[in-house]
Amino acid sequence: MQITMTVNGTEVTAEAEPRTLLVHFVRDTLKLTGTHWGCDTSNCGTCVLLMDGEPVKSCTVLAAMAAGREIRTVEGLAQNGELDVVQKGFMAEHGLQCGFCTPGMMMSARALLDRNPDPSETEIRTAISGQICRCTGYATIVRSIRWAAAQ
Amino acid sequence: MQVPAPFDYARAESVEDALTLLQRHGPESRVIAGGHSLLPMMKLRLARPEWLIDINDLFELDYLVEDGDVLRVGALTRHATLLGSDLIAGKLPIVTDAERVIADPVVRNRGTIGGSLCQADPAEDLSTVCEVLRAQVVIRSLDGERVVSMEELHRGPYETAVEQDELLTEIRFPIRPRTGSAYEKVERRVGDWAVAAAGASVTLADDGTIADVAIGLTSVGLDGRTATRAEDALRNAPPSEEAFTAAAELAKQDCDPVADQRGPVDYKRHLAAELTKRVLRRAVERAR
Repeated sequence: MQITMTVNGTEVTAEAEPRTLLVHFVRDTLKLTGTHWGCDTSNCGTCVLLMDGEPVKSCTVLAAMAAGREIRTVEGLAQNGELDVVQKGFMAEHGLQCGFCTPGMMMSARALLDRNPDPSETEIRTAISGQICRCTGYATIVRSIRWAAAQ
Repeated sequence: MQVPAPFDYARAESVEDALTLLQRHGPESRVIAGGHSLLPMMKLRLARPEWLIDINDLFELDYLVEDGDVLRVGALTRHATLLGSDLIAGKLPIVTDAERVIADPVVRNRGTIGGSLCQADPAEDLSTVCEVLRAQVVIRSLDGERVVSMEELHRGPYETAVEQDELLTEIRFPIRPRTGSAYEKVERRVGDWAVAAAGASVTLADDGTIADVAIGLTSVGLDGRTATRAEDALRNAPPSEEAFTAAAELAKQDCDPVADQRGPVDYKRHLAAELTKRVLRRAVERAR
């Protein structure tokens, strides 16, 4: 089937099977490999991207279900060659080690700051509670998001 | 890589359209809303529909309305909406308690109350909550609609009264004066199923005694989900720590948990009693 959606501000149309998951559509069809593919079971959260501004686990959304909606991936964070404040925060506060969970963490952080520009540590921890960092770098991830909020 | 088996996809534009599509595509068609129960089951081939009818565009099923002494909730209302609602927190705090511990915040952005009830997973929190609140659900077909109780809705694990060509469209919660409710769950980590959970709703009489009470337990093998002996023991009694302990003991005896990776039987029974006490205390506080 033909699937049309807006990805990082640009309308894209591509052919995909109805069973194609959004994470694979984004990575394999659109070649946007910044969104990572992890557990496949909506547990790990590395595939989190924004659909109509809300974080979703893209391994548990069909590409067909995203048709007509606004998708934002980690590639859409930087604007006009300048990194998003969330990305700067992850650099400043060492918010990543291996980097596997990072895209999902940053997209959840972006969505959190969009609706709550000054989140408490508890609110940050709640917002990323469905996402796993196997390097266990949660303390620096939380600090990175706090850093971004403070800017 | 886990992907579902092939199927055909249609997006419904209205309730009428969804019902027509379900009828047209027959027994192998299924409705998909949030998809966070159905898609994992399809990946594992535990479900293998030939048609998926996507109802995410049915915005007319996404609402929270106070209507006299009933709070009507559209079946497509997301968990995140329920958690964020001041109306729900004020009138039905047990729902807010439960939503805080259902899955995780990202999953709550997609999952819906109607999907949770139709999944009918025996370990699912909102089913217990709806039993405790004595909710009714509206089931619609092309021929009309019917209203059924939770007991009628849930026929068994993963089995409901919603027929293949029907759609659960609304959940109706009675709002009672001088009533408080609460839910508490013990889980191993965020997003996991409950080791055990309990919910209670308490209505106080003018003299401060318990006029009515409902106690529900999740994941501990309680037949019908409500602890009727514990409820009977509390009805017309003054709320007290002794009464809660006695009721909790009855609830503990009436449950029948199985040992699994979430814990042994005696631990789950202990939780059933302890959580029953805690939710009774909190429900009574909120009723005052």
